[in-house]
Amino acid sequence: MSTPQSQASLSALADRWLPKLVLSPTLLISLVFVYGFIAWTGWLSLTESRLLPQMDFAGLVQYQALFENDRWWTAVANLGIFGGLFIGCTLAVGLFLAVLLDQKIRAEGTLRTIYLYPMALSFIVTGTAWKWMLNPDMGLQKVINDWGFPDFTFDWLVDPDKAIYTVVIAGVWQSSGFVMALFLAGLRGIDDSIIKAAQVDGASLPVIYWRIIIPSLRPVFFSVLLILSHIAIKSFDLVMALTGGGPGTASDVPAIFMYQFAFTRGQLGLGAASAMMMLMTIVAVLVPLMYMETRSAKRG
Amino acid sequence: MAKHLTPGRIVLYAALLLMAIYYLLPLYVMLSTSVKTLDDIRGGNLIALPQSITLDAWSKAWSSACTGVECGGMKGFFWNSVKMAVPSVLISTLIGAVNGYVVSMWRFRGSDVLFTLLLVGCFIPFQVVLLPMARLLGELGIANTTSGLILVHVIYGLAFTTLFFRNFFVTIPDELVKAARIDGAGFWTIFLRILLPISGPIFMVCVIWQFTQIWNDFLFGVVFASGESQPITVALNNLVNTSTGVKEYNVDMAAAIIAALPTLFVYMVAGRYFVRGLTAGAVKG
Repeated sequence: MSTPQSQASLSALADRWLPKLVLSPTLLISLVFVYGFIAWTGWLSLTESRLLPQMDFAGLVQYQALFENDRWWTAVANLGIFGGLFIGCTLAVGLFLAVLLDQKIRAEGTLRTIYLYPMALSFIVTGTAWKWMLNPDMGLQKVINDWGFPDFTFDWLVDPDKAIYTVVIAGVWQSSGFVMALFLAGLRGIDDSIIKAAQVDGASLPVIYWRIIIPSLRPVFFSVLLILSHIAIKSFDLVMALTGGGPGTASDVPAIFMYQFAFTRGQLGLGAASAMMMLMTIVAVLVPLMYMETRSAKRG
Repeated sequence: MAKHLTPGRIVLYAALLLMAIYYLLPLYVMLSTSVKTLDDIRGGNLIALPQSITLDAWSKAWSSACTGVECGGMKGFFWNSVKMAVPSVLISTLIGAVNGYVVSMWRFRGSDVLFTLLLVGCFIPFQVVLLPMARLLGELGIANTTSGLILVHVIYGLAFTTLFFRNFFVTIPDELVKAARIDGAGFWTIFLRILLPISGPIFMVCVIWQFTQIWNDFLFGVVFASGESQPITVALNNLVNTSTGVKEYNVDMAAAIIAALPTLFVYMVAGRYFVRGLTAGAVKG
């Protein structure tokens, strides 16, 4: 008699516990492999570990060593140069393309496909391709030479002062189409009537874009900044493939510094300290941006 | 806005075309270099058309080019990447689907906080987990194996896949699930019978995103795999940056295209979902 009822309550009980049960493995994984591992790395950065990890607390010696390491400061300066230029140029090119594509263009789909395909490539492939194109003897330099400018030189790839800029060139090529797609989606979401009203008032198209449309894309700007700064701080593959951090250590970035000290030079503590610095940089950049993004999203 | 060709429109189309050339140039250079002979490469220039087309570089890149000490071409590494990417993508997507279902349709007290905690996994620089992970893989005895890489990719892909499915499921009206519950459908019935049949697009988005990420990964590959178990990105980098012997640019380019083909193919056949994944992964709810 009571069988259907108890079955029902059993399934109600299951429905109460199943969701938590199902989610718990992932939470446990996240707890161990994200939070636990960050704590582990953090602790390691406070020890004197070299080739093997050892767990005795040693204060901030690794951070001290890091801040006295010239190579670290080269890497930080490069990240500044690369990050600033990469974000600035990618944003500019992406926005420019989106505005152009928004002018009721024929073959828009094809053009969009062409602009966006680099995003499907690995940074290693991009780096390989650009390394060849920027080859000082046989690359673009020779093309220009053959066109009748025999004195033209373009050897940034092997110039210690310029190598980091080649990473910017390749990075912008790879990521600007993606930014274009984000801005284009934003532009398509704008109400046409605002633009028509401004046109009736006699505003020219550039003025409408500059004064009305682009400012209304604020939330998209935040997302784009968020993504690009994230890519910039983590950038590793592209630099490895394009310059390998060279010539010498001239185009080192923090991710390469971390990799080399932790995994090829057997300086675990120093590697851990540099990894923690990267984490803190991401937090310092992303948290304010996310805060502003949610605020502007709420207002908009 | 004028629909016919004014001088302004001509400038506009010229600019768009110029940009298209800029994006296509590296692809053209890779392709044309890969079918040239070395003499043709040295004698001609980067953008010149090949004098004759030869596939020697391609066959060498596939089966006999040297990456470090090994001279088996990209073949083995290509299959490593396939063996790594396919299970990682499937496992992380399936778990993400169920997770997303829970955090959107079966919220319980604290589930929003837990979801936010989970999301942090999308933002950390992976450098911060490399050292402990390397040690753990060593202790489990799966360092330098494809299974080790699968484990790593599944673990650090879960935050993204959960986010994708959660953002998709929150757009589905609650009434649908409520009505099903009143009719006596349980947790799994609702998921399998009601939600899965309408989740095709988000599965596509998630699978494509994960596949692109995992196939293109270099950091995990270079840290957690060595020698024979390397994924193709690592092998390609070794091939290109090997400094011994004559530099064969045509082989490098053929190898680069081989490494790029699977993700390019996915982009060509399912570009729609690819773009949606990028924007969904970017613009978080």
